[in-house]
Amino acid sequence: MQPFKFHSGIAAFVNRVNVDTDAIIPKQFLRKIEKVGFGKHLFHEWRYSDYEGTRENPDFILNQEPYRKATVLLARDNFGCGSSREHAPWALGDFGFRLIIAPSFADIFYNNCVKNGILLAQLKSQEVDEIFTFVEKNKGAVISADLPAQTVTAGGKTYSFAIDAFNKECLLKGLDGIGWTLQFQDKIAAYENKIKNQYPWLSRG
Amino acid sequence: MNKTMFEKIWQDHLVRESQGDTSIIYIDLHLVHEVTSPQAFAALRENKRMVRCPQKTVATMDHNVSTRTKDIAKVDATSRTQMDTLSKNCQEFGVRLYDFADKDQGIVHVIGPELGLTLPGLTIVCGDSHTATHGAFGSLAFGIGTSEVEHVLATQTLQQSQPKTMLINIDGKLGKKVTSKDIILCVIGQIGTAGGTGYVIEYAGSAIRDLSMEARMTICNMSIEAGARAGMIAPDEITFNYIKGRDFAPKGSDWGKAVAYWKTLPSDKNAKFDRVINIKAEDIKPMVTWGTSPGQVTTVEGVVPDPERMEDAVERTAAQNALAYMDLKPGTKISDIKIDKVFIGSCTNGRIEDLREAAQIVSGRRVAPGVTAIVVPGSGRVRLQAEKEGLDQIFINAGLEWRFAGCSMCLGMNDDQLKKGERCASTSNRNFEGRQGPGGRTHLMSPVMAAVAALEGKITDVRIFKS
Repeated sequence: MQPFKFHSGIAAFVNRVNVDTDAIIPKQFLRKIEKVGFGKHLFHEWRYSDYEGTRENPDFILNQEPYRKATVLLARDNFGCGSSREHAPWALGDFGFRLIIAPSFADIFYNNCVKNGILLAQLKSQEVDEIFTFVEKNKGAVISADLPAQTVTAGGKTYSFAIDAFNKECLLKGLDGIGWTLQFQDKIAAYENKIKNQYPWLSRG
Repeated sequence: MNKTMFEKIWQDHLVRESQGDTSIIYIDLHLVHEVTSPQAFAALRENKRMVRCPQKTVATMDHNVSTRTKDIAKVDATSRTQMDTLSKNCQEFGVRLYDFADKDQGIVHVIGPELGLTLPGLTIVCGDSHTATHGAFGSLAFGIGTSEVEHVLATQTLQQSQPKTMLINIDGKLGKKVTSKDIILCVIGQIGTAGGTGYVIEYAGSAIRDLSMEARMTICNMSIEAGARAGMIAPDEITFNYIKGRDFAPKGSDWGKAVAYWKTLPSDKNAKFDRVINIKAEDIKPMVTWGTSPGQVTTVEGVVPDPERMEDAVERTAAQNALAYMDLKPGTKISDIKIDKVFIGSCTNGRIEDLREAAQIVSGRRVAPGVTAIVVPGSGRVRLQAEKEGLDQIFINAGLEWRFAGCSMCLGMNDDQLKKGERCASTSNRNFEGRQGPGGRTHLMSPVMAAVAALEGKITDVRIFKS
């Protein structure tokens, strides 16, 4: 996983609440067996005016300059709700997004982003409103994030966000979660021994 | 100290308690399907890791399967590749698989309980957000992403931070033809689609105790639509009776030991929840969604709301977007909305009781002209049972299509899709834009409401429908 420490980039914005993972990456693209190549299908139904994705919808922000190079996404409440598909962060990451700012995120989506080196900065509603006003007025405005300091800077103003200490560590180091857990293999084995006696009906053949 | 059911199960599964980093919890049952697992197995192979407990891992094919044919050669190539990949992965890593041809194949959240794999007190995960379904047995069950699927395959554990707890009490008696689907849609309408974010919800109260296991599963299933990863209901005699005798249920002397343990699981009296909500069962009416988020819901007696009257600007914009997509005008009576398609099925409402209730409505009647209605059983066993009871013939005689088991038009990954502009009365769980097919319009409701809609060609109050 690509570590995340600092990031600066052009901020695109999606001014909708409850953007679900079906909207981020629709079902017809979930049949791949690889993790790569989802970026061109990101926000497919809003981004293209045909099912095949050959005709761009010029009104959609990611089809406009300079947002085609956006790496920061500004969003509204409950971003990433619905399906647990990790294809959503794969699509966002493959497009180039590294930082998403919103007042709230769906739980599973949040975890999935951390596992893919994408920082989700949760700010207060009024702060997100403020940043929306700033980026809407300043085409191609750049937003920065400093993960060690837990801050986002936009329009000369700095905003603080909270993040779970372990998630922060994982992002900063690009940590292999499985490797981390496997250092406690003896504890897992001890637990398994304990339940073998305690809950014998769980030992399926 | 008094503990909630969630806290008991959580503490019982701690392999390692967080020391300012993360807790590690043990996973008793890992369910796997073809869409969210291929990348996880590929990563295991790449890193030369094994599946730690193949016997605690069970796979099936549900999202991609055709509901028209059992001939895999007739399925399109990309879907076939994904199903073939699951077969190969299960074979290589020694995981039990109920493949498309297996008589017990079905939607992962239907077959888990049906086979007796789902038991009280377990931790259950699956790369699927509707895993919350299994919480109806008093287990801690939630959806995970593919990286976490890989983590569970490799370690049989998950890194987790402890969520908050919410108690939703539903006391009283449900009205006639009001179902558990209406309960959960009412809950989502009340707390909102993010109301449960960060929480595990326990549903309790006399109206919940009166429900069958299948009805309870419908409620827990849609916890994610309220933002909660997990929903739970305390196990009781109804739970034990449902489990007893199933394929993987405890047998012999284990049965008594298991039941004794399960009886210790319900939340202690006066256990503290972070949030408590009380709803009167008598106040719940048949519910129908009008928008593109499950929280955009009202009763069948209601009207499409007017965004202009919404005080909150964000909510107003969301409603405007939804009405434009749904092609609905404010003030339209819900019971005046005409429909083109009906979908009865899914992990929310594709179980035998759902089909029985729908069959009872359509028995001896005909689907309205111009309406296409499909009935998709949740599993091979549900299909077989329905056929034993003659439900298939009731549906077919009424003009509904009788299909093979799968996720089908809940998300349209196979060829069961809405066409652009089509409007569907659906028993599934999500009314998102494009969910049932690009440009398709979804109204979520209960199986009896969907069945009446099929007959009338429009959304209709099942309580005043003459049966």
